[in-house]
Amino acid sequence: MTLGATARTTARRWARPVATGLLVAAILFPLYWAALSSLTPENRLFAAPALVPRELVLDHYRALFRERDFWTPVRNSLVVAGATTVLSVVLGTVCAYALARLRFRGKAVMLAFVLAVSMFPQISIVSPLYLLLRELRLLNTYPGLVLPYLTFAMPLTIWLLVGFFRQLPAELEEAGLMDGAGRLQTLWAIVLPLSWPGIATTAILTFLYSWNEFLFALSFTLGPERHTVPVAITLFRGQYQVPWGQILAAAVVATAPVAAIVLAAQRRIVAGLTSGAVKG
Amino acid sequence: MASITLDQVSKTYPNGQTAARDLTIEIGDGELLVLVGPSGSGKSTVLRLVAGLELPTAGRILIDGRDVTAVPPQRRDLAMVFQSYALYPHKSVRENLAFGLRVRRVDAAEIDARVRLAAATLGIEALLDRKPAQLSGGQRQRVALGRAIVREPKAFLLDEPLSNLDPLLRVATRTELGLLHRRLAATMVYVTHDQEEAMTLGTRVAVMRNGAIEQIGPALALFRRPANTFVAGFVGSPAMNLWPGACRRLDGRARVASAVCSIDLDEAGQSVPDGAELVAGVRPHDIDLTSDGDVTGRVEIVEPLGPVTLVHLRVAGLPGEFVRVIVPSDARIGVDDQARFRIRRDRLHLFDGRTGRRLN
Amino acid sequence: MKNARTPPGSGASWLREEARLGWALALPALATIALVAVFPILWTFWESLHLHDLRMPWLGRPFVGAANYAEAFGDPRFRSALGHTGVFMTAAVTLELGAGLLVALALDRVSRGRGMVRTAVLLPWAIPTVVAALIWRFMFESPAGLASAALVRLGAAPPTWFADALAAWIPLVLADVWKTTPFVALLLLAGLQNIDKALYEAADVDGAGRWRQFTAITLPLLRPALLVAFLFRALDAFRVFDVVYVMTGGGPGTATEPVALYTFSTLLQNLRFGFGSALSVIVFVVAFFFALASIRVLGRGAFLDGPA
Ligand SMILES: Nc1ncnc2c1ncn2[C@@H]1O[C@H](COP(=O)(O)OP(=O)(O)O)[C@@H](O)[C@H]1O
Ligand SMILES: [Mg+2]
Repeated sequence: MTLGATARTTARRWARPVATGLLVAAILFPLYWAALSSLTPENRLFAAPALVPRELVLDHYRALFRERDFWTPVRNSLVVAGATTVLSVVLGTVCAYALARLRFRGKAVMLAFVLAVSMFPQISIVSPLYLLLRELRLLNTYPGLVLPYLTFAMPLTIWLLVGFFRQLPAELEEAGLMDGAGRLQTLWAIVLPLSWPGIATTAILTFLYSWNEFLFALSFTLGPERHTVPVAITLFRGQYQVPWGQILAAAVVATAPVAAIVLAAQRRIVAGLTSGAVKG
Repeated sequence: MASITLDQVSKTYPNGQTAARDLTIEIGDGELLVLVGPSGSGKSTVLRLVAGLELPTAGRILIDGRDVTAVPPQRRDLAMVFQSYALYPHKSVRENLAFGLRVRRVDAAEIDARVRLAAATLGIEALLDRKPAQLSGGQRQRVALGRAIVREPKAFLLDEPLSNLDPLLRVATRTELGLLHRRLAATMVYVTHDQEEAMTLGTRVAVMRNGAIEQIGPALALFRRPANTFVAGFVGSPAMNLWPGACRRLDGRARVASAVCSIDLDEAGQSVPDGAELVAGVRPHDIDLTSDGDVTGRVEIVEPLGPVTLVHLRVAGLPGEFVRVIVPSDARIGVDDQARFRIRRDRLHLFDGRTGRRLN
Repeated sequence: MKNARTPPGSGASWLREEARLGWALALPALATIALVAVFPILWTFWESLHLHDLRMPWLGRPFVGAANYAEAFGDPRFRSALGHTGVFMTAAVTLELGAGLLVALALDRVSRGRGMVRTAVLLPWAIPTVVAALIWRFMFESPAGLASAALVRLGAAPPTWFADALAAWIPLVLADVWKTTPFVALLLLAGLQNIDKALYEAADVDGAGRWRQFTAITLPLLRPALLVAFLFRALDAFRVFDVVYVMTGGGPGTATEPVALYTFSTLLQNLRFGFGSALSVIVFVVAFFFALASIRVLGRGAFLDGPA
């Protein structure tokens, strides 16, 4: 009787952590499997899958960077995602501040406009952007990717930052005005120093979205010298068969910076995602 | 320092809420005007209108006779102390004080001197290198004040600056503020919802309700001759007793007839038209417990306040309310006693029953 | 008389100043958006009214009116692409909302190791979609991939996943569910955490069971969050491209081809820009209705001043 009760409370105490642990394991399993396989020799990739490896090799990573020059797509992705993030955060911050705080007509309409654009299907503007970039001789260039990326990055930053600026106490800015600082000076000396958490969150999310973007990169780059990481990975071809080892190694490389960012900033990311209720 | 004038100023917020109704106020150079009223009565709105943080929907605002309605807040040269203090959290106390001077490009040596002086005036020299988060409530309040006085602005606008302090500190700081006002000879507009604070501080007090000014004048004048039932009930503590009644003629003499009392107006030297609906008001201090009083009631609550005692009486004919009476603290009175009391005739306030306006 | 003393428009000047500053600050970003998003969408529309085939430049770019739209609606491949998109949306969004709700309920109870759990949940969402798709494709490779091996061990005969017009949907939907359920879960978790816990205590006192509490308190109060999650996910699933491009390429044949992929290959593989633009416009119009619905759901409040 007492024994059964103890067993039951123990079971109850452990049920939740165990269930949570199982859930986490299930979610992470595909990533584990990919990482594991990227370290498995090619000839054993499809032979008798085992959860615990017997032998790990770095062959695929070596091949990835020596034979395939995977540095190039990594560099391209960093440049494009970085430039997109900087541009949209700089322009987006001042725009968001105006939309969040200054009094002028048409603000609500503009905000709705920004949100509507963030929901544009990318495929709907591929054709004119292609023609436009071709006209401007920007196909297969960095600006030729950054410009299209602004279509989603700019609305994203504005939307997130408007939400953030609205949460700052307005009295701080009013105190700045009373102290004799103009709107811009208040923005610079009071609002911005207090906003770096929001701006950092926004930059992180913008970078993630840009790093992961695929359709535009696939449409507006022509050769391996400008391919971004996602495009490069999907276009891996072997001589006889799909080079799975290298693909998975590349997948791990593409995931690594993302994972680092998530590890470092998970709380901020969740806050940003749910406060702005951003698109997935 | 400067004078401030509101000329028929109204403010309706975009959501349709009218928070200021046709206000005309003159605030003299060096005067301390207190705006008092219940929360939501529009006090902050008036302050923000003067500051320029809100734009009036009608009317003009003048500083030293110059129309500043179209001047943005940063160019009005006024200082404001916010209820939340609104200290810049990322700046040290020193930088908080210096910011307004930096913005005006005052040179560094003078900024330093003025910050020191302001800090000395308020006794916050030791805190200059701390951040606001490291300060207590009272210290923050001082820094907020310091940020205002260091600038030597044309006028100070204070929005409930003491309401976040604990009661003891509040009273002490109130006294200090009064001193500071005298020393700086500064024009101040001071907002509070606490009528006691208003009475003790203000050279002049304006009582607001519902966006309108109910009465404006020296504190004692408001106390002695409230212009209407609202002011009568709001100013003074414990609050004035207000009894609805009518003016009746009995035996050829005019009398106030209410549930509580019947007072001969001719004898009291008051004249009111016959049959008029009215409200009779008597402060608890102006009622005496005597053996030959004109009304009887049963004691329900006895609240010793220290120097005096507040007694709540239940009187037949006034079911929903108590009659409040102040008695000497040594008066021998207990719950359930029957008490007789007498109203001082010369302290009777009479108000119109419909408009609430003062009649006598 | 009163009007005479209140000069018309008094004080408006500094509001005008602020308005001008507001426009000046907002304009660079808004102009950029207009340039890279709005102008192109108008161009797409214009393009869709023309015959424009980059492989046949000698045809020029004649105006053909609604001909491209007529072709689109008569095109069996486009119609089945719409059907595929619908199938994918229904399956993916249903599973994601269901799984997301379960995960959110589980996470709501987690007290220890919350950061670790959150990181784990965020990872699939944060990695590139093509990477997720590749990983799942690897797991579903025939004949010896992990999924097939597992089925064999369980004694079942695994299908030839990507060569099978029906079975190919399974890895597609699973990959999408794995990738986006975390986002749904986080949205719903935020909704759950907004629910006043006192309500459950009151329900406990009233003797309501767990299930009753769930249906009477949790679900109704979670409705706004569910609706937002639904709209965002539906919109995204409607635009699905990356997963399909990487996993099946729309195949076998065109058995799993959604509209975005058909549009893409019309444009950038067949270089039929006029017809492709007509497809783009149709996609846009459908997505626009989702966007309008979302804006309505988020409500007017989101666009006015005040804390979000
Ligand atoms: N920005 C605003 N928008 C709409 N209504 C407001 C705003 N600020 C204040 N009000 C309303 O105006 C009235 C007066 O407010 P306020 O001036 O803050 O009163 P007080 O300071 O006396 O408490 C209140 O009813 C309040 O709800
Ligand atoms: Mg107020």
